Amino acid sequence: MTRYILKRLLGAIPLMLIVIAVAFFMMRIAPGGPFDSERALPPEIEQNIKAAYDLDKPLVQQFGIYLWKVVHGDFGPSIKIRDFSVAELIASGAPASIQLGLSAILLALMIGVTLGTLSALRQNTAADYAVMGVAMTGIVIPNFVMAPLLSLVVGVYWELLPTSGWGSGELKYKVLPIIALSLPQIAYISRLTRGSMLEVLNSNFVRTARAKGLRDHLVVIRHALKAGLLPVVSYLGPATAAVTTGSVVIETIFAVPGIGTYFIKAALNRDYPLVMGVVIVYGALIISLNLLVDVLYGLLDPKLRSNR
Amino acid sequence: MRVLTGSKPTRTLRALMLGTMLSTVLISGAHAEKVLRNGNDGEPQSMDPHYVSTVQTSRLTDDMYLNLMTRGPKGEAIPGAAESWTISPDGLVYTFKIRNHTWSDGVPVTANDFAYSFRRLLDPASGTEYASLLYIIKGAEEFNKGKAKAEDVGLKVVDDRTLEVTLTAPAPYFLSQLAHQTAAPVPKHVIEKFGKDWTKPENIVVNGPFKLTEWVPNVHAKLVKNDKFYDAANVRLDTVYYYTYEDRTAMQKRFRAGELDVVRDIASEQIDWLKANMKDELRIVPYAGIYDYALNTTKKPFDDIRVRRAMALLVDNEAITDKVLKTGELPAYSYVPPGTGNYTAPATVDWKGKPYAARVEEAKKLLADAGYSKDKPLKFTLRYNTSENHKRIAIAVSAMWKQAGIEAELFNTEGKIHYADLKQKNFEVAREGWIADYDDPQNFLFKMEGKTGPLNYSGYNNPEFNALLDKAALMTDLTARAEVLKQAEALVMRDVPVIPIYYYVSKQLISPKVVGWVDNTPDKHPSRFMDIKQ
Repeated sequence: MTRYILKRLLGAIPLMLIVIAVAFFMMRIAPGGPFDSERALPPEIEQNIKAAYDLDKPLVQQFGIYLWKVVHGDFGPSIKIRDFSVAELIASGAPASIQLGLSAILLALMIGVTLGTLSALRQNTAADYAVMGVAMTGIVIPNFVMAPLLSLVVGVYWELLPTSGWGSGELKYKVLPIIALSLPQIAYISRLTRGSMLEVLNSNFVRTARAKGLRDHLVVIRHALKAGLLPVVSYLGPATAAVTTGSVVIETIFAVPGIGTYFIKAALNRDYPLVMGVVIVYGALIISLNLLVDVLYGLLDPKLRSNR
Repeated sequence: MRVLTGSKPTRTLRALMLGTMLSTVLISGAHAEKVLRNGNDGEPQSMDPHYVSTVQTSRLTDDMYLNLMTRGPKGEAIPGAAESWTISPDGLVYTFKIRNHTWSDGVPVTANDFAYSFRRLLDPASGTEYASLLYIIKGAEEFNKGKAKAEDVGLKVVDDRTLEVTLTAPAPYFLSQLAHQTAAPVPKHVIEKFGKDWTKPENIVVNGPFKLTEWVPNVHAKLVKNDKFYDAANVRLDTVYYYTYEDRTAMQKRFRAGELDVVRDIASEQIDWLKANMKDELRIVPYAGIYDYALNTTKKPFDDIRVRRAMALLVDNEAITDKVLKTGELPAYSYVPPGTGNYTAPATVDWKGKPYAARVEEAKKLLADAGYSKDKPLKFTLRYNTSENHKRIAIAVSAMWKQAGIEAELFNTEGKIHYADLKQKNFEVAREGWIADYDDPQNFLFKMEGKTGPLNYSGYNNPEFNALLDKAALMTDLTARAEVLKQAEALVMRDVPVIPIYYYVSKQLISPKVVGWVDNTPDKHPSRFMDIKQ
């Protein structure tokens, strides 16, 4: 197992290099630069600014400089938010995104798996239809509709929680964003669970367990769930990466100081170092979470373990 | 989350502070902290004023730095760090007397600080966007373009309290320029000590009414009263928050929930609701800016004045402001907005007030003269940058053109691509806008000057117009100067290299609790003159 993990980690290095190179050059191929705005700058001034950011050098040389700095842990300065370095911005935004993301995914996991399992056990009953109906609605209604609605109803009409903002990171500011983030995940996870549980509940080993006279809830918890959760686990890797790097929609609507907004804002601003910074974080997260998922898979599924 | 705050006070200091606070409360009864909570429609760029190019950032730096000239309660330029000044008879030499005041760390502010700051803004190595603001100072442009040395700039420190500035031309707008956010003084002794980190809350030193104590990116920046400010006795607020909101709707909701006192921009699509439900809070005020369409006069057929005039005649400005926008914008028939300083009423297009039907007829005739007909229609691409309103206006205008057989294809790109192409004259007709940096018609008309460079998007280069602007630049008599500038604007309105569409308005929500907020055209509202009812 250790060898397997090491091998995967080594393989991640060229993968990250490719990600960095593609992002770097794609960003630069895009027309328009960080200093293009309604107020076009005199050419001499634009030249002065570009020189200050090393943007006047040949592109390949810039890439070399960038890689060298990244290897030494320097992600450069943000062009748009000048008083912060990219590392500072990510360090300042990541905790909010991670807290919200992990809470949302845990909440979604608990509720989604429970609902999905119940649905599967009561297949084609009113309870099943109700849960799946709600889940479908959750998938269909996009976040940018659900989030403002939550904020308006809970924040403005009921005055129960702040409409948006972050304060000093108190729980009351986090409740609505977590709910809004987890709703589509609950919907998705409950459908995944239901589907795979239905399959597992009809499989031979569950029938054997039942034939042995094992009690129903033990059959479900000890045998069926373990196998039934496999698709959910593989979904969790990319889902966790996506949710913990922040959702642009949620962060904008609830004014959450996460890093999700940077994906869009930095790209639109052509804040090259910041774009690269978030791409690297996202890439590294996906690679490590996928690895984690594969390890978990091995633990859950004996068939896979023997192959390694 | 990393909150940038000042260094933690030691335990004794904390005990002391607590003691002082307690005794103050006991003596003064309950002096509740006065807090103003602003919803700001964009993340600040920097607390270093020389690198500020957005209005959202200038709101903070204007509260922190006291320029030679600063902004009064009505947004007008008033004496700031300069307590008085004299101007030589030829209008070229300004001698400022610096007010006796200190930085927030107690170090005196001297004429040297201003000379240092102006040179820093102009230094090519600083890479500042707004260096051109001070090009009016002798030798400044040459220094910024690497053709002269820092010593060659027309700044002379006579003594600690006297600064002499020599200009290249008698610019009546120079004092107004000095109130611009980038003309702020910065503390040399602090910059030399901390380098680029000098603006961190634990290091920053200012000479204005408020000082940064906390900045959490994308959440808020917190400013507290600077007790060393020369007029601190008249500053009533203790704390000013600027909350960053990219989403206007979210900001508005927070205002409705009573969590913000001021909202600096509204969600325009909800204007009807706001007018019906928050009419006391809603402030729509003319703003020193113009929204227009630039015609690329360096390209055929837009080099033909008949084509340009026909296109302009067909634009029904009132229909756009009243039916498309509906947010109080005023239809524009001039390029310089009315109410601009050092000016009379602006020169307008000659069809102002003419019935629209007659304008359409005239336009059709002009197009026929220029050789366009049903079989050979005028075709081009109208470009706009991403925004719901830009799109709606483009659709409306292309429909207006259509009735004279003009076929405009709409082409939308995001802002960066839009302006990169405009800069390279890679367009036919495009949406643009301009907001004044200082209160003078020159700040609008210079955009059409031949020597302006990329910012002259339409590529207008009329020797007669250029000569008038050069002439005005040397005039000291304000009335006569205004007349010359008006003649110049009249040429632009005749030749229409740009089609004026509407004058901008500022749209804000102000809680009745806020005292001292005066609606004004520059849209400047220094917190120093504000108060809040508890």
